Amino acid sequence: MSTITTPDTTPVSGTLESTEIRSWKAPIALGIFVVVAAVLFVVAGRDGATTFRLSSDTDLVQLADWVLPARGTGLTVTVLLALLAAVVVGLTVAGSRLGSRARRAILAVSIVAFTFLFLLAFLTWAAAGAAIPVTGLLLGTVSLSAPLIFGALGGVISERVGVVNVAIEGQLLAGAFCAALVASITGNPFAGLIAAMVAGVLVSFVLAAFSIKYLVDQVIVGVVLNVLVLGLTSFLYSTVLSQDTAGLNTAPRFPRFPIPVLSDIPVVGPVLFRQTLIVYLMYIAVIAVYVGLFHTKWGLRLRAVGEHPQAADTVGIRVNATRFWNVSLAGAVAGLGGAYFTLDSVSSFGKDMTAGAGFIALAAVIFGRWNPIRATFAALLFGFATNLQNVLGAIGSPVPSEFMLMLPYLVTILAVAGLVGYARGPAASGKPYIKS
Amino acid sequence: MQLELRGITKRFGALTANDHIDLVVAPGEIHCLLGENGAGKSTLMNVLYGLYQADEGEILLDDDVQHFEGPGDAMRAGIGMVHQHFMLIPVFTVAENVMLGHEETTFGGRLNLDAARARVREISDRFGFSVDPDALVGDLPVGVQQRVEIIKALSRDAQVLVFDEPTAVLTPQETDELMTIMRQLRDEGTSIVFITHKLREVREVADRITVIRLGKVVGEAQPTASNSELAALMVGRAVELVVQKGPASPGQPALVVEHLDVIDANGLKVVNDVSFTVREGEILAIAGVQGNGQTELTEAIMGLQPRVNGRVSLGSETLTGLSVRRVLDAGVGFVPEDRTHDGLVGEFTIAENLMLDRSHGEPFVARGSLRRDHLDEFAEEKKKEFDIRAPSIQTAAGRLSGGNQQKVVLAREMSRDLRLLIAAQPTRGIDVGSIEFVHKRMIETRDAGIPVIVVSTELDEVVALADRIAVMYRGSIVGIVPGDTPRDVLGLMMAGERPAEVAA
Repeated sequence: MSTITTPDTTPVSGTLESTEIRSWKAPIALGIFVVVAAVLFVVAGRDGATTFRLSSDTDLVQLADWVLPARGTGLTVTVLLALLAAVVVGLTVAGSRLGSRARRAILAVSIVAFTFLFLLAFLTWAAAGAAIPVTGLLLGTVSLSAPLIFGALGGVISERVGVVNVAIEGQLLAGAFCAALVASITGNPFAGLIAAMVAGVLVSFVLAAFSIKYLVDQVIVGVVLNVLVLGLTSFLYSTVLSQDTAGLNTAPRFPRFPIPVLSDIPVVGPVLFRQTLIVYLMYIAVIAVYVGLFHTKWGLRLRAVGEHPQAADTVGIRVNATRFWNVSLAGAVAGLGGAYFTLDSVSSFGKDMTAGAGFIALAAVIFGRWNPIRATFAALLFGFATNLQNVLGAIGSPVPSEFMLMLPYLVTILAVAGLVGYARGPAASGKPYIKS
Repeated sequence: MQLELRGITKRFGALTANDHIDLVVAPGEIHCLLGENGAGKSTLMNVLYGLYQADEGEILLDDDVQHFEGPGDAMRAGIGMVHQHFMLIPVFTVAENVMLGHEETTFGGRLNLDAARARVREISDRFGFSVDPDALVGDLPVGVQQRVEIIKALSRDAQVLVFDEPTAVLTPQETDELMTIMRQLRDEGTSIVFITHKLREVREVADRITVIRLGKVVGEAQPTASNSELAALMVGRAVELVVQKGPASPGQPALVVEHLDVIDANGLKVVNDVSFTVREGEILAIAGVQGNGQTELTEAIMGLQPRVNGRVSLGSETLTGLSVRRVLDAGVGFVPEDRTHDGLVGEFTIAENLMLDRSHGEPFVARGSLRRDHLDEFAEEKKKEFDIRAPSIQTAAGRLSGGNQQKVVLAREMSRDLRLLIAAQPTRGIDVGSIEFVHKRMIETRDAGIPVIVVSTELDEVVALADRIAVMYRGSIVGIVPGDTPRDVLGLMMAGERPAEVAA
């Protein structure tokens, strides 16, 4: 019967063989961008030169302007882009013949270089014959990213503990509203800041109560909360705030506070260190959330609850209480982002003034793979795209402004769908913990 | 520490999972809790560990009454548990898992990972575990993960250690090593509660045995008791432990698998160059520890895996590349390993479940609509034939016991004209009575001249059913051996070794 026997007595290898699954996503995407570059920068190339202004008149250290000819730059960059795309194609064809580590490194460097070059050529092309204020572009990026970063941090905390936070938009909007109202009444921006945190926590309480205690689907509660906060703030805005705009909707703003020495570093100084208190708070929050999540007891327990709540329960961690308080904390952080709208960028509340920032923040959470630092960079990318549209609109670019308005959202879709694809989040995120 | 349970009663609605259970575990003793799946062993231990609150009764440690609000209280009192489904976080390191819940911190609230690493190394060295504190738990083999669970319990100075079905995921060799560890712990004075339904293990390691049936203690036994005595106590009647099986009379080769590879989403070859043949009228058992490619192999034959190389043919027909529908039409019956997830739709009635894979035409569908009367007639007949114990054929399948659910799956698969039957873990988690039934039907199918593949992680089942045994390890077939191969040889093969006598 046993005609088939084993050929030798050597043990079977303990590790599984690995084979290559070739993904043509990156080469195809880069190829498309090379075509776009060729059409825009070469076929539809523009004459004139573009000036990149690296410092303003008030800066202590003056850097010389950087002038690039539009047509020449377009041609050179398109050739370079084609070369980079060829490298990536070669990399995909070579497959496992290269070590996976080397391959990943080359791929990452190529994509970063590709993005940078494309952007440079695009700016040169779009602003041909005009000047681009580089510091202004970057400063605006930080400003526009600040609420996104706070929102994304709130999202990271909440999802890491196991509750999907779709309500970031609502938390931002509630924060913006309460900050404006309380700061206007008290005349004190700090009171507004605290009010914003409280507002964010209140929205979180509802999310936490329904999703943790009553086991309602977290995404649905989040969406409903966003609509609720939008409706509520719009109603109060038109019935209460507009009655007495001077008394109720004229918030004192935080003044800019340049940090001595640091703020005099060329380019970096004006961008990062001539900011308001809220932005400095943001720097602290990013670092605090990162260190907290990965190096403290709080973070270890929080992540355990989000990954495997039952395991956390069996070592005596109170799963639902941990979730409840950390979702509330997430709301407070996102609320701070809301305060940025009314205590930093403008001094009054307007209907739906967050305009979808919360959803972009949610995208940043996923693009940043639930890591606070990476989510921050993702938020900065989205902020940059938004500001690019503003700056190019101001200097008058050949692209219709309606198209430029789509830019941040286009970047979001490309980033989340194209670059991230399937990302593995915290294992128990979105799943209520039910003790039988 | 002496553990005593007095009159523990736990009810879930109308069901009494534990009915006035008394149990005493002395220090330095291995006390076996023996009972079938669903007898209430795990419920009892979850009460002890504070995960459930008892409705009646009390827990005493060294004659002091304890009140456990949650597992934290139980752990502080000195109770540790090695769970059946490991309570480890796969993305954490060993040290992080061990420290979770009683973390030491240094200045500024930072985690003191060095202290945790030292603790892991110390316990690991004491028992000769060789566990790397910085390894990610998800990357470790299950046997090592279990050791991490033990380290986790011991790092909290557990005096009473509960092992809940610890051998389900282990190779026979790993099981032997675990027994050694349990004896070592006992000799150091730890009280051990060992929950299992495997008679062999009980007799090997237990100092005392308590048997539980339907939530009640039905008796105590000595480790010297015979298998059939223990089985009778456990089931409540005399059972045949070995299926009566005549010699096989294999005919033509039916299923031929040639150089089959299955590649998972990460590019790993989870099934690696597997070739075998199953003849008409024989049972080929595929043995191996859970997670060595058996699941993927059966799914590949069924057409459920997306990345497959190689060739599978049944008679003159090639199965590779066909849709699942066509594979079923070719006469392949499939009992999936997870019946509640893949085998049944829990919300559907028994009758509806019986026609799940025949929803596209005769005999249950005519001109686009269901033929209810036809289906009901068929369902009544199958309910009788397969002894499905349920109030009616309109009962939701999800409300049946494991054994009856499995009978529904079998009834569905076996009532088509089969040319091949694949049964994955056909008796997992079902009662001894149903096991007997399922095994008999498998043998009858074989005797009707149909090739049968049985995938099982239980060596008892493999030995009872197989005419030939293919042992899988890490996606490869270690060897194909006759059905009467000794257990220790099979055990070695399950760990990837190729014993010399097999090659001869």
